[in-house]
Amino acid sequence: MADTPMLELRDAARYFDVSRPLLQRVVAGEGKRLLRAVDGVSLAVPKGRTLSLVGESGCGKSTVARLAVGLYRPSAGQVMFDGRDLAEARAASDQRRRMQMIFQDPYASLNPRWRVRDIIAEPIRAFGLLPDRAAQEARVAELLTQVGLSPLDGHKFPHEFSGGQRQRISIARALSSNPEFLVCDEPTSALDVSVQAQILNLMKELQSRMGLTYLFISHNLAVVRQVSDQIGVMYLGRIAELAPAESLFRRPRHPYTRALMEAIPDLDMTGRVRIPVGGEVPSPINPPTGCAFHPRCPLAGPRCKAERPELKPAGDAMVACHAVEEGRDAAP
Amino acid sequence: MTGQNPLLEVRHLRVEFPTRRGTLVAIDDVSFTISAGEVLGVVGESGAGKSMTGAAIIGLLEPPGRIAAGEIRLDGRRIDNLRYEDMRRIRGKEIGAIFQDPLTTLNPLYTVGRQLAETMTTHLPITPAEARKRAIGWLDLVGIPAAAQRIDSYPHEFSGGMRQRVVIALALCAEPRLIVADEPTTALDVSIQAQIIALLKSLAREKGTAMMLVTHDMGVIAETADRVAVMYAGRIAEIGPVRNVVKQASHPYTVGLMGSIPPLDRRVERLAQIDGAMPRLSAIPKGCAYNPRCPKVFARCKEDRPDLLPAGATQAACWLYAGEAKTHG
Repeated sequence: MADTPMLELRDAARYFDVSRPLLQRVVAGEGKRLLRAVDGVSLAVPKGRTLSLVGESGCGKSTVARLAVGLYRPSAGQVMFDGRDLAEARAASDQRRRMQMIFQDPYASLNPRWRVRDIIAEPIRAFGLLPDRAAQEARVAELLTQVGLSPLDGHKFPHEFSGGQRQRISIARALSSNPEFLVCDEPTSALDVSVQAQILNLMKELQSRMGLTYLFISHNLAVVRQVSDQIGVMYLGRIAELAPAESLFRRPRHPYTRALMEAIPDLDMTGRVRIPVGGEVPSPINPPTGCAFHPRCPLAGPRCKAERPELKPAGDAMVACHAVEEGRDAAP
Repeated sequence: MTGQNPLLEVRHLRVEFPTRRGTLVAIDDVSFTISAGEVLGVVGESGAGKSMTGAAIIGLLEPPGRIAAGEIRLDGRRIDNLRYEDMRRIRGKEIGAIFQDPLTTLNPLYTVGRQLAETMTTHLPITPAEARKRAIGWLDLVGIPAAAQRIDSYPHEFSGGMRQRVVIALALCAEPRLIVADEPTTALDVSIQAQIIALLKSLAREKGTAMMLVTHDMGVIAETADRVAVMYAGRIAEIGPVRNVVKQASHPYTVGLMGSIPPLDRRVERLAQIDGAMPRLSAIPKGCAYNPRCPKVFARCKEDRPDLLPAGATQAACWLYAGEAKTHG
C-alpha cells in the first residue's frame, strides 16, 4: 500500500450563499447569509480502503462526496487526489478517469433514452480508452458480466430493469473507465433490503478483486459497519468522530455517535426502553455557538457553548468533544 | 392476542387492477385480524402489496384498483362496500391514517391548529373553542414544544420531524380505534425516528388503539409490533408473533429477508442475499410466487399455490409445512 492517500481533505470547507436578493437585503438592512454545508473537514482515504461518512440529513456528507470528485470546489482548504490538488488533477483526463461516482437514485442517474450498452460505454468513449468499436462492445459485455447482469442486457433500456439491476448498471458505468477511486453516495438507500445485500456484496467483491478505494456515504450505521475500514461521523458540517470501524462500534466516544447508535431500532428485542436524543439537527445557516451538538448533548458544559472543539486523538480514534478530552464522559 | 373479537378483520381480500393487457392481481387472498391495543406490523419489499392493503382498509385505493373479492370488517361491520360519503365519515373518526410524507399529508394553506380543530369538529360533538383547546393538548402530547404558540403556525414552519408529529396528532385527534400507519418514519432521520416510534408505541398502549404499521424496516417492526405479517408478491408469506418471525422464521423468504439485513452488532464478510428479484404482478410464476428464488424449492412448489399453514409458532404459506399439521397436529 502506497503512502500517499488516494484522497485527502485538508480543512476543506464548502459554503453556499443563501442570501436574499441584494435589494431585499438592503431594504431589510441585513447582511449576506452563508450556509456552511462543510466547515473544516480533514480526512484521508488510504488506497484500497473504504472510508465511510455517516450522519443525518443536512450534516454535509453528500457535499463532502461532491467535493471529493470535484463537482464542487472547496470554499476554503484543500482537496488532494493522490497527492495532487484535485482541481489540477481533474484538468487532465488521464487523472479524471481514475475517479468515478455512484449516485443514490438509480432511477434518476441513468438516461432513460439511452440503451444500457451506450450508458456503460460513454466513459470509455469520452476518455477515448478503446477506439475500436468491437473492443468497446466486448468491454461492455465484460462489465455487465462483472456486475452480475447478462451481456444480452446491453441492448435494453433502463426502464426494463428493477432498482437493484439499475444500480448494477450504474456500477458497471462507473467501472468502465478503470477507476481506482469510487465515491458512493448512499448507493443502497433507494433499494429494498434484500437487494441492498446483493449490491453491498457486489461492491465488496469488486473492491477485493480490483483493489478499489471507496468513499462511502450513508445514513445507515449497520450498512457502514459492513463495508468500512474507517468511519467518520458528521454533524452539521464537521466531523464529530473519526475512528477505525470496529473501534467506533465497540467503543463510540463522541456523545453524538452514542446517541445515533442508541437510536437505531434493532432486531434483538431486548425490550429495553430507549432514551432517544431529544431535539433535532439545527440549521446550518445559524448553527449553535461552540460545539454544534451542545443543545442536544447530555454532557454539555459551559465550555461546549463557548468554544468549538477540534478533532483530537482519543485512543485509536479522533474525537471533537470537550467532554471526552476532559474525561467527563463516563465511557462504557 | 386476547380472546375478544378482533377490531379489524380482513378476510380473503383481493385487489385487482384492470389493464389493457389483462387484470393484474395486486393483493391475492390476504386475511388477518388486529385486536384493540395491538400493533400488527406489515413488512415486505416494494411492490409486495403492503401499502395497498392499507389503502384498501382505509378505502383509498387508487382507481382503477378495486376490491374484487373478500371483506373488511371493523368491529363486525363491513366497511369495504360502503358508499364514498359513509366511508369518509369512518375515515378520521374510526380509522386514522398516517402516511410517509408529512408534507403532502398536511394542507399547506391552513394552520395546523385549524386542521386539527376541523378534524375534531367534523367527527366529535364539540365546539370550535373546545376543539382548539384540545388541539393544543394534542400538539403537546405528541411532543411539540410551546404548543400554545405553535398552533397558529403553518406546516412549512415546522421541520420534518415536527410535521410528522403534527400528522400523528391529526390521525389521533378524533380518537380513532384503528390507525393505519404507512411508513410513518421512513422519511425521518434516525434520531427523530426513535422519538416517533416511542410516541406511537406509548399512544397505542395508553389509548388502546389498534395499529397496522406498514414499513420495510424490520428494526422498526421488531421494536414496535406485537405480530408481523410478511408480504411477498401480493400474498402473506408468513404471519405470527414478532419474536418468532424475527428469530425463528419458518418461511424461506422470511429467513432470506432477515439474513439480508446488515447486522449492527458485528461485521460479516458476506451478507446472505436472496438472488433475483420479486416478480412483477404481470409475471407471477405458477405455484408459490417465491419458488424461482427459493433455496428449498421442490416439485409441489412449482405446481400449487400454498395457503397459510401452521409452522411452529407462526403460520407460513409454504409447502414445507404441509406435513406439520398432521404430524404435530
